[in-house]
Amino acid sequence: MSLLDIRNLTVEFATAAGPFRAVEGVDVTLEKGEVLAIVGESGSGKSVSMLAIMGLLPWTATVTADRMAFEGRDLRELSPAQRRKIIGKDMAMIFQEPMSSLNPCFTVGFQIKEALRQHTDLDRKARHARAVELFEQVGIPAPERRLKAYPHQMSGGMNQRVMIAMAIACNPKLLIADEPTTALDVTIQAQILDLLLDLRRRNGMALALITHDMGVVAETAERVSVHYAGQKVEEQPVEGLFARPFHPYTGALLAALPERATSRRLPTIPGVVPGQFDRPAGCLFAPRCRHASDICRARRPEPLGPEMGRARCHTPLTADGNGVMQPQRMVTT
Amino acid sequence: MSEPIVVARDLERRYEIRQGLLRPPAELRALSGVSFALSPGRTLAVVGESGCGKSTLARLVTMIEPPSAGELRIRGQAATPDRWRALRDIVQIVFQDPYGSLNPRQRVGTILQEPLKINRPRMSAAEREALAREKLALVGLRPEHYDRFPHMFSGGQRQRISIARALMLDPAVLVLDEPISALDVSIQSQILNLLIDLQERLGLAYLFISHDLSVVRHFADDVMVMYLGRAVETGPAREVFAAPRHPYTKALISATPRAQPNSGRKRIKLTGELPSPLDVIPGCPFAPRCWRADDECRATRPPLKGEGRAFACHHPEEGAVE
Ligand SMILES: Nc1ncnc2c1ncn2[C@@H]1O[C@H](COP(=O)(O)OP(=O)(O)OP(=O)(O)O)[C@@H](O)[C@H]1O
Ligand SMILES: Nc1ncnc2c1ncn2[C@@H]1O[C@H](COP(=O)(O)OP(=O)(O)O)[C@@H](O)[C@H]1O
Ligand code: SF4
Ligand code: SF4
Ligand SMILES: [Mg+2]
Ligand SMILES: [Mg+2]
Repeated sequence: MSLLDIRNLTVEFATAAGPFRAVEGVDVTLEKGEVLAIVGESGSGKSVSMLAIMGLLPWTATVTADRMAFEGRDLRELSPAQRRKIIGKDMAMIFQEPMSSLNPCFTVGFQIKEALRQHTDLDRKARHARAVELFEQVGIPAPERRLKAYPHQMSGGMNQRVMIAMAIACNPKLLIADEPTTALDVTIQAQILDLLLDLRRRNGMALALITHDMGVVAETAERVSVHYAGQKVEEQPVEGLFARPFHPYTGALLAALPERATSRRLPTIPGVVPGQFDRPAGCLFAPRCRHASDICRARRPEPLGPEMGRARCHTPLTADGNGVMQPQRMVTT
Repeated sequence: MSEPIVVARDLERRYEIRQGLLRPPAELRALSGVSFALSPGRTLAVVGESGCGKSTLARLVTMIEPPSAGELRIRGQAATPDRWRALRDIVQIVFQDPYGSLNPRQRVGTILQEPLKINRPRMSAAEREALAREKLALVGLRPEHYDRFPHMFSGGQRQRISIARALMLDPAVLVLDEPISALDVSIQSQILNLLIDLQERLGLAYLFISHDLSVVRHFADDVMVMYLGRAVETGPAREVFAAPRHPYTKALISATPRAQPNSGRKRIKLTGELPSPLDVIPGCPFAPRCWRADDECRATRPPLKGEGRAFACHHPEEGAVE
């Protein structure tokens, strides 16, 4: 039994301008202790799909799925009380914007101790000691003094570390980390990633890491899913993805890295992700794909098999990354 | 090389921190003894840990705040607060957050004209509009974007608008405070290419603040590495990245993740903790985390020494990073 097993997840928002599909047919599985990285352009539904799993979307969202299970239990059938026991304890999330999830009116110390009060039996003194220990773990200098600080008195990076300390306070089984280190300096990022990987080694914690840093992906993840415009367009073990991407979006993403640059000007992907009103009928990447053909514009591709990285593409990239396979040779399943 | 446009000497910025009613306020040194020069057509990157003073430096250079000590000269003139108004045209800033920095209730055209209204009060509305449309085209946006509101744009497009606004007064220097870190990789490369184009066409000098060393390595001519408010290593980016002399620089480069799975690379792990900027450290500020620290390091702070290529360390590193 997988720790997390989500099949065919779709999220639609009711907006003033009509329904908007932010997540379309996404599968997510995570085993105990596994590290999955989720990458993709902003707006590709990475955060929304994870918030859907956590049950944290506003009422304007309609979530459907064929299966939505955590430790074999259907997340949709939990009572509010059962849900509160799981969310924030067994399943915790680090949010993208620390300032929007920390309360400006309370000290960070109060907020972390409050989280400990809700989810543990620790007494007042033990909660304080645990809070200091957590601040030390995430590399916050002068923890005793910082516990008394308000969020606005600290830098963005420092607030992000407070968020991380709060999320790991109760030793979760699954940690969903939404861009947890994006605002941080690399030495602290390295410490935080080591810390998360260490929690996973010691407690068997599974980690779903949303990031746009391909370096972090390469050095942290075991498996990578690539999202684009609400869909998962490719999924591979980390080595395979970097060595041989199948989906043209993955290929272009890797080519745009300064590290791989061969000239001062970098290769780019022209245009932007489609929005609510210009979602293409066929492949969602077709307007920006240099391999797009008529079949791409006409028909939305289904995922290929695992040997092809489950790429949602009619004509995946060939081994050299430049050409594409011929459509007639492709078997879509 | 042409004359520098901005010269900073020993810039310092202190803040008073209140610590409750009973204790006296503490002094926080956000920036100490920072010196550099910015020249046309060149990019100086500033890198370093969160809270090391990068944004403080940006605020001093853009004359949002005065330094507590030290001197800033712009085109040869001392940038004292009484001259700020006149000198601000020359130095403009682009912030990290393309969402927060644009007024959501104003159309792009109005946003772009704003600096002209304030700094060129005698300019006619028609001239202002012509200039705003020119800059819009310069950053790769289309004429129809002129009448739209910021929320109708993607992050990358909003950053183009911020850059266009910064260019309205024809500055010679752009301070770029993490200009691409909020953007997607594919959009980051579009904006970096735009910045390269603008620099080539307009001869702009860039002060480029970033924590992404792989971007800095690709983009910058020179680099200044800061630690706890001080420059600890400066020099041509190529040389600094190839063979860092300060242990902190080496640790930074080593900690930067590479897009290469299973490279088997050994990362330098920093132990000890980042001192609080409120603490006054007698010796080398990096000593509590440095693997080369000895009694000399803990007793006396090493000065930044060297011409062009400088570093502040008693026992500098030799050789390349892995
Ligand atoms: N107005 C202020 N009052 C008190 N302290 C301040 C003020 N502005 C900055 N500081 C402190 O000065 C130091 C330098 O801050 P600064 O914002 O320049 O850091 P930074 O290098 O830009 O960090 P980041 O990478 O997180 O953006 C920090 O310790 C910060 O908390
Ligand atoms: N509450 C909401 N109402 C309507 N649309 C939303 C809401 N939250 C997110 N969206 C939209 O859903 C899409 C996916 O968002 P998100 O999951 O945050 O992307 P990312 O991959 O960057 O995390 C975006 O187009 C976003 O604008
Ligand atoms: S289906 Fe066609 S347009 Fe879509 S990614 Fe594949 S080649 Fe490109
Ligand atoms: S002076 Fe000493 S402690 Fe400081 S960086 Fe150099 S070796 Fe390390
Ligand atoms: Mg997100
Ligand atoms: Mg800053």
